[in-house]
Amino acid sequence: MDEGKPLFVQIAEQVEASILDGSIAEESQAPSTNELAVFHRINPATAAKGVNMLVDKGVLYKRRGIGMFVAPGARELLLKERRSDFAERYVQPLLAEARRIGLGPEDVADLVRTGAGAEPAKP
Amino acid sequence: MNSVIQVRNLTKRYKDALALDGVSFDIEQDAIYGLLGRNGAGKTTAMSILTAQNLPTSGEVRVFGENPYENARVLSRMCFVRESQKYPDDATPRHAFAAARLFFPRWDQGLADELIDDFQLPLKRTIKKLSRGQLSAVGVIIGLASRAEVTFFDEPYLGLDAVARQIFYDRLLADYAEVPRTILLSSHLIDEVSNLIERVLLIDDGRIIMDESAEDARALATNVVGDAAAVDRAVNGREVIHREGLGRVASVTFLGRLDGAERAAVVADGLELAPVSLQQLIVRLTQQRSAGRPGADGFSSSNSGPDSSGSNISGTNTTDADTQEGSLR
Repeated sequence: MDEGKPLFVQIAEQVEASILDGSIAEESQAPSTNELAVFHRINPATAAKGVNMLVDKGVLYKRRGIGMFVAPGARELLLKERRSDFAERYVQPLLAEARRIGLGPEDVADLVRTGAGAEPAKP
Repeated sequence: MNSVIQVRNLTKRYKDALALDGVSFDIEQDAIYGLLGRNGAGKTTAMSILTAQNLPTSGEVRVFGENPYENARVLSRMCFVRESQKYPDDATPRHAFAAARLFFPRWDQGLADELIDDFQLPLKRTIKKLSRGQLSAVGVIIGLASRAEVTFFDEPYLGLDAVARQIFYDRLLADYAEVPRTILLSSHLIDEVSNLIERVLLIDDGRIIMDESAEDARALATNVVGDAAAVDRAVNGREVIHREGLGRVASVTFLGRLDGAERAAVVADGLELAPVSLQQLIVRLTQQRSAGRPGADGFSSSNSGPDSSGSNISGTNTTDADTQEGSLR
């Protein structure tokens, strides 16, 4: 586990990843706090904090007496969030590194296009 | 939150040593605590007093609201697993577990049986003839299967190899999830237990120098690496707790966190940020205290360091209005 972010955030992100890739469908049951704790080998209070964060965000909701379920629209919500964070999380660091090694935005754009399998704009 | 143990100004003095120096803390019900600190810091002394195997020189201890000393009512609700368990000469693990079953009202034989299997413990071999790991397993099994409302583990897993320790941690978590109770683990293996514990109590030289949630403790320090001049700029005004250098590269650890803008500035300056694990943090803090001054390796920070006597490290909950998160009082 990466040590940079608080544990409970890492837990929440892993659950979000499962929702995004479809392994946990909307309206299906999400892993319980105890299951997450045991699986990730962390304190249940930490797992609970991660789960509560997702409930607050509207990604999960609680069905009394049964457990936590993925909220309808959760996937769309997460996609929107990831897209709006994309520039800051990925593009900015990419451009910063490019600057450090003397690549301009056009060079980067070429690399992106090549990387994606398309023909580069310049040879 | 309910506190199940209250300690106020607890002092334990031996003829030539002050094992505990006026410590005060609360243990909340049903939380897992890590009682951390160096050898001789006072962990075992504290646990012994809380379980009434030792008496305070001064100060007060309350467990379930009562003084635990010679208090059968309170003691039957507690379990203390020490590093070296002593058993009668011809006793076997079977005898030890049978005795434990009689003493602990919440003993779960099903759990004990599973653990005996997990650790592959030979039930009928005399305890004298058990290997170090098997002997530790006996203690650990009693500690877990007792399901005592307050359970202390004083490094009984030192004899366990890495595989057995992992079994212990996994079983501890699973059973705690099912049957919540108050657990105090003392350990040198800080990184191993770091994710299991909810709260950190750090004892150094008979004093509590940290009483934090594990999450706050893990976020207490930051490490910056890169060109020494740039690093110095980045940590200016910060409470430095460790510094290392190799040529022009410096690695500095300081108390506190960087906000978004500061992080961006650091990265733009070509520096790298790294998290500081709980073990690294605690090693740095206790090294520093034992050296009696900041920057134990010879470099000094730009500011005053911690007062080496009676200093305390806290995260967000302080009574000082102008104290920031992670700063030293």
